[in-house]
Amino acid sequence: MSTRLAKGGRLIDRAVPLNFTFNGKPLRGFAGDTLASALLGAGQVMLGRSFKYHRPRGLVASGVEEPNALVGLGRNARFEPDQRTTTTELFEGAETRSQNHWPSLDFDVGEINDKLYKFLPAGFYYKTFMFPRFAWKHLFEPIVRQSAGLGAVPREADVDRYEQAYAYTDVLVAGGGVAGLAAALRAARTGQRVMVLEQTPHWGGRAPVDGGQIDGQDAGAWVKHAVQALEAMENVTLMTRTMLAGLHDHGYAIGYQSVGDATPGDGRPRHRLWRIRAGLTITATGAIERPLAFAGNDVPGVMLAGAVRDYIVNWAVSPGDRTVIVTNNDDAYRTALAVLDAGLTVAAVIDARPRAAGPLAQMVRDRGVRVLEGRGIAKVHGRKAVTGVAICAQAGEGGVIEQIACDCVAMSGGWSPVVHLWSHCGGKLTWDAVGAMFRPDASRPPLGDAGQPLAQAVGAANGLLTLPEIMAEADLPAVAEPEAPLEPVWAMPAGAKEALKFKSFLDYQNDVKVSDVQLAAREGYESVEHTKRYTTLGMATDQGKLSNINGLAVLSDALGQPIPATGTTTFRPPYTPISFGAISAEARGEIFQPLRRTSMHAWHEAHGVAWEPVGLWRRPYTYPRTGESHRTAVNREITNTRTNVGLLDASTLGKIVVKGPDAGRFLDMMYTNMMSTLPVGKCRYGLMCNDNGFLMDDGVVVRLSEDSWLCHTTSGGADRIHGHMEDWLQCEWWDWKVYTANLTEQFAQVAVVGPKARMLLEKLGGMDVSAEALPFMTFAEGTLGGFPVRVFRISFSGELSYEIAVPAAQGLAFWQALHDAGGEFGAMPYGTEALHVMRAEKGFIMIGDESDGTVIPQDLGLSWAISKKKADYIGKRAQERSHMTDPDRWQLVGLETLDGSVLPDGVYAVADGFNANGQRHVQGRVTST
Amino acid sequence: MSDAVSALNGQTHDGFARVAEAGLRGMVTIRADLDSTALAAALGALGLSVPAKRQIVSAGDTSVGWMGPDELLLLCDYAQAPHLCADLSAALAGEHALVVTVSDARAIFTVQGARADQVLQKLCPVDFATLPVGELRRTRAAQIAAALWRSGPDELSLVCFRSVAGYMIGLLEVSARKGGEIF
Repeated sequence: MSTRLAKGGRLIDRAVPLNFTFNGKPLRGFAGDTLASALLGAGQVMLGRSFKYHRPRGLVASGVEEPNALVGLGRNARFEPDQRTTTTELFEGAETRSQNHWPSLDFDVGEINDKLYKFLPAGFYYKTFMFPRFAWKHLFEPIVRQSAGLGAVPREADVDRYEQAYAYTDVLVAGGGVAGLAAALRAARTGQRVMVLEQTPHWGGRAPVDGGQIDGQDAGAWVKHAVQALEAMENVTLMTRTMLAGLHDHGYAIGYQSVGDATPGDGRPRHRLWRIRAGLTITATGAIERPLAFAGNDVPGVMLAGAVRDYIVNWAVSPGDRTVIVTNNDDAYRTALAVLDAGLTVAAVIDARPRAAGPLAQMVRDRGVRVLEGRGIAKVHGRKAVTGVAICAQAGEGGVIEQIACDCVAMSGGWSPVVHLWSHCGGKLTWDAVGAMFRPDASRPPLGDAGQPLAQAVGAANGLLTLPEIMAEADLPAVAEPEAPLEPVWAMPAGAKEALKFKSFLDYQNDVKVSDVQLAAREGYESVEHTKRYTTLGMATDQGKLSNINGLAVLSDALGQPIPATGTTTFRPPYTPISFGAISAEARGEIFQPLRRTSMHAWHEAHGVAWEPVGLWRRPYTYPRTGESHRTAVNREITNTRTNVGLLDASTLGKIVVKGPDAGRFLDMMYTNMMSTLPVGKCRYGLMCNDNGFLMDDGVVVRLSEDSWLCHTTSGGADRIHGHMEDWLQCEWWDWKVYTANLTEQFAQVAVVGPKARMLLEKLGGMDVSAEALPFMTFAEGTLGGFPVRVFRISFSGELSYEIAVPAAQGLAFWQALHDAGGEFGAMPYGTEALHVMRAEKGFIMIGDESDGTVIPQDLGLSWAISKKKADYIGKRAQERSHMTDPDRWQLVGLETLDGSVLPDGVYAVADGFNANGQRHVQGRVTST
Repeated sequence: MSDAVSALNGQTHDGFARVAEAGLRGMVTIRADLDSTALAAALGALGLSVPAKRQIVSAGDTSVGWMGPDELLLLCDYAQAPHLCADLSAALAGEHALVVTVSDARAIFTVQGARADQVLQKLCPVDFATLPVGELRRTRAAQIAAALWRSGPDELSLVCFRSVAGYMIGLLEVSARKGGEIF
């Protein structure tokens, strides 16, 4: 049973106790604890159930690699499942809940799966649920869904806020251990800008726990001084609680900062996602210890040797009174010493190597601990907690030699460099047979735009696993106990029988065992990527941090090939899961997406508008009055516009000025008809096609002066058409003298429409708007009611109509003035649906209704708007292709129902018979109604 | 014109920096050959010069910024913009140029305070640590286009399109909210 030690604990502050709960049970920890150390210190060894077999599980690790100890954290709007206890700082009032069990952690119905393990091998789901086909949907899927999954889904919207930040640096150091700090110091002293990111709240990585001396000081003291030196430098930014999640092309790196996790509700953002541009990224991400694959290596109380050491030294937590250490290397002996220093018992060290002759082993022997050489663990006893281990010969098949009682097993299969960041962007690995590990190949780094290395690996992340080697890389002297070579152990014992392999776990989180990988190999899976997906090895939220190397070693063995021939699976960002909140950041609620508002937006809202989204704009669809349906409101608006006067907010209409000596020639290319011949002061309707001939926009073009035109575009098309124009000007006709400016937002525009429109404008006064002074398809500038206006006698509705543009800052005032003056004429606003109906009834097309990217003007009866005289326009050649001139192309026609009913929008006019897919033949569809 | 109103009527929020819509500001877009002597003379008459690439130059209340190889943005008093637009058009009448008033097409914001940079650091991919006074940067703020420059001690100005002013103030308000200080 685990407990808090009376003394020690490098990272905790015993003066600040913190209360928290686990499954409702009140517990206590200290400031500086992680949830994991607090739970373990409070005697909670079993923390959850496994995903597939529902086996009891406890902590294995002390850092990001932890596969088991995930909890639901918080409640209601701050509840989040699958929180990794080893990386979550304890805070006052934390509510934690274990996962994967029903009805309770201690008694779980799903545990039956564990008895059925022989019937749930790798690929079980693929094999079982194939037949009968209907059963998947109605029988299997509902059952699988209920029993699968980790934590519960939050039921409420997240109340926390999240944000992002951009940063730029010459050198980005990922990892604040001794290797990272030394690299940062070297880079900073050259005057470069340096950012150092450390994922935990503490600097120094493992060195303060593992011991040794750097530059004549204890490792811990050196770390302190190095951080002080960096803090004093202006060109250095130090950030703790910030993980470098991914390294991408061009030195673009994503950092993930925990800002307010431990202080919920204090107003700070919870997470901040950093978007960093770095000249060089130094990966100082350390190494992760490998478990050993023996039967029962997942029983709560079996932990990584390094983690046992961490809990004792960092948090003064004893994982157990009697620890058995099982190892294939010398480093695990440091754990034996830490256990002994804490006044606890090391029952034995089980060393799989034939000889354990290094100085660390000798130090442990000298303190009276039994060291068993050439031995392994045949089996762990206990179910919800370790009660003992059965010892066997490592070389054998598991015959038990002796039993040792213990309540903790500290295992070490060696260390694997964290090569994730190095690999994200294409850095290659090389197999190091001595260390039995993949390490970065410095000759094949990820490359930048000029072929320069984007990343450099240092320290343990570079495969240097001892302090003197690590510091030598930074030209610093260091001393640590020398270590004898490890011996690779991928299965324990080497010839383990089937029954043992069924309980030897590789991937704890997804319950993948040695037997599953071997089965996959027997069934013909050779690629490690395929085996991964078949067995789900490394596919859980921990992404196989503990299991990948062991798994591919087992696969290599089963395939009878060396490990480098098998290779690794792909390392993908993020390094550990990051929150969706941080990814979406500020983009939620009101500012989820930009909303474009006209000057009259607030007026519409105050007058009960029903909105229609048009691009990012909101346009009034209709203004229903109390008790009115949208349909009756639209009919009222149409009737009023046709009998009195209607007002439409047309501000969203695109308005692009085109000016220059070549502007006329340019517009003749842009539009299908002639614009260069348009007289000054006149307006002309035009069609714009893309280079494939398809209709892309339409609008009225106005000739403002000898060398300038104003092009009206559709509301959704303004930015696109402006870009289209600039594209042709900048890339194709760069020598034409034409300038464009998108003035869409400079002007608010109002359509004043209906038989009484002229009366209304005459009442406002200021300019002559008579039919003689301002005939159809002309424009004039002047004032109306004191507003500076440009008046266009054009019509989008087919009625008597003036389109009036005023500076946007006066748009609302002008709109209001029209309403004030229009009362006696029955002036009333109308929306886009009334406009659509009026247009449709006049046979006017709407871009996006009658056109869909596959329609050419000739399909719409618009051949009259296509110049026969022009040598060329964009789309002309395409429209001459055989398919475009095919007489069988659908044509736009007007329909009138015999009984006066309204055809539903989008319906098909069916024809006789069915096509090869059993679908009814159609002869047409309704595009507008 | 007394009826003219800015998009947000000078809406202001105080967080760890003060963010505000800065009301109506005169703006004129000039598209021309930037080597034109007539252009230099016209700007010279206003006490300005043709700004170099990515620069913004000021004389009193009037500034002119480089927006592209053939585009400048003149900032001035709101009421003066149509007059300056007409003057510049006249001055450039003999050459290929386009001068238009865009005051109403834009909204302008200020971010003030010792931590002003940190507000925009969350929204704009700009290296603020190396952004000097006198540089105008065309960039984006989250999902919209923007241009920004240092307009005073501890102050940045930011221009965007008028229709998205509400989105911009929303971005600035949430990014300046207390507790969100980066450093």
